Amino acid sequence: MTNREILFNPLFNNNPIGLQILGICSALAVTTKMSVALVMCIALTVVVAFSNLFISIIRDRIPSSVRIIVQMTIIASLVIVVDQILGAVAYELSKQLSVFVGLIITNCIVMGRAEAFAMQNPPWPSFVDGIGNGLGYSLILMLVATVRELFGSGSMFGYEIMPLVTNGGWYSPVGLMLLPPSAFFIIGFLIWVLREWKPEQVESSEHEIGEQTAFSKV
Amino acid sequence: MMEYYLGLFVRAVFIENMALVFFLGMCTFIAISKKIETSLGLGIAVVVVLTITVPVNNLIYQYLLADGALAWAGLPDVDLSFLGFLSYIGVIAAIVQILEMFLDKYVPVLYNALGVFLPLITVNCAILGAALFMVNRDYTFSESVVYGFGSGVGWALAIVVLAGIREKMKYSDVPEGLRGLGITFVTVGLMSLGFMSFGGIAL
Repeated sequence: MTNREILFNPLFNNNPIGLQILGICSALAVTTKMSVALVMCIALTVVVAFSNLFISIIRDRIPSSVRIIVQMTIIASLVIVVDQILGAVAYELSKQLSVFVGLIITNCIVMGRAEAFAMQNPPWPSFVDGIGNGLGYSLILMLVATVRELFGSGSMFGYEIMPLVTNGGWYSPVGLMLLPPSAFFIIGFLIWVLREWKPEQVESSEHEIGEQTAFSKV
Repeated sequence: MMEYYLGLFVRAVFIENMALVFFLGMCTFIAISKKIETSLGLGIAVVVVLTITVPVNNLIYQYLLADGALAWAGLPDVDLSFLGFLSYIGVIAAIVQILEMFLDKYVPVLYNALGVFLPLITVNCAILGAALFMVNRDYTFSESVVYGFGSGVGWALAIVVLAGIREKMKYSDVPEGLRGLGITFVTVGLMSLGFMSFGGIAL
């Protein structure tokens, strides 16, 4: 695989959220506002890229019996750095993200890429793979956040796009968009769209539905 | 006093359900909810681990990490709270490991029942999430016991219910692109909508 493929494959063909069911927790929780989601995307991309890089650099020296703990320590340290930087640079946003920056530690994308890619590959491709997966995650996250903020509060990045009824405009917001369940629906339907476009990602059914048989007339 | 703890418990189980309201532990929640039996095993494991780790992390936070917590050691100006993430995840990993060895030796039945789920729990964000919420909300030790147990029960409840629905759903004719992951998300969304009705309860 070339670096280009490593970078762009996770966007559509092998999306961490859409296909591999990784890192969904935060994808749902931080998407009510686009600005919060953007910060989360940047934070995750940075963490996954650098954790891949560092783990790949020392991959030959990590004994396989304690590798999870070593990976965990590297990831946790990176998250602490990101968290401290966020607290210093964007205090308001970091308050809104509350515990979810800390939860990047247990985000399966980070652990998954470290285990599946960085442990077997040299540093540079691992770094690119980290960026690619971070972007794949960001793509879904920003799509969900756009839908939720646009229809839930009529704005994008806090700028008013559709003036709300309460402010004398014409758009009455869909309150459901700001509530937790909408995130599930939006991701569910995004996956549907993605799989209609790329049918090879469709899961096979466990049970075939039999031919419809006519009811016997009594 | 009893009433207060009961309120805290009910809030952790229903109103602030870990899985359906805060979306924590989603990866395992979606991946391991195809059968009621396995999801029940995982649910019990999560309850056990949460009930132990949240109070232990609470002690560590109160006596080692919080601002001025090291006063008992003669270091009143030290603030180690930035080490939080690293210590909580370390504590969780260690406790899961110890629990695994303990169960293997003394309660082999439970150990065999839990199987691979026990080590998996370390990377379940519900566990770390509960620890972080506990710190955020400044729970005392006894509150953290109730909170840990309650949020574990809430998570277990949600995953068992989802597994029940999915067991029935595999016989239904789902549109191709929505099959598997997609329809599961929509189902969880509907469940989450149902759990929102608890939000109106005043405690």
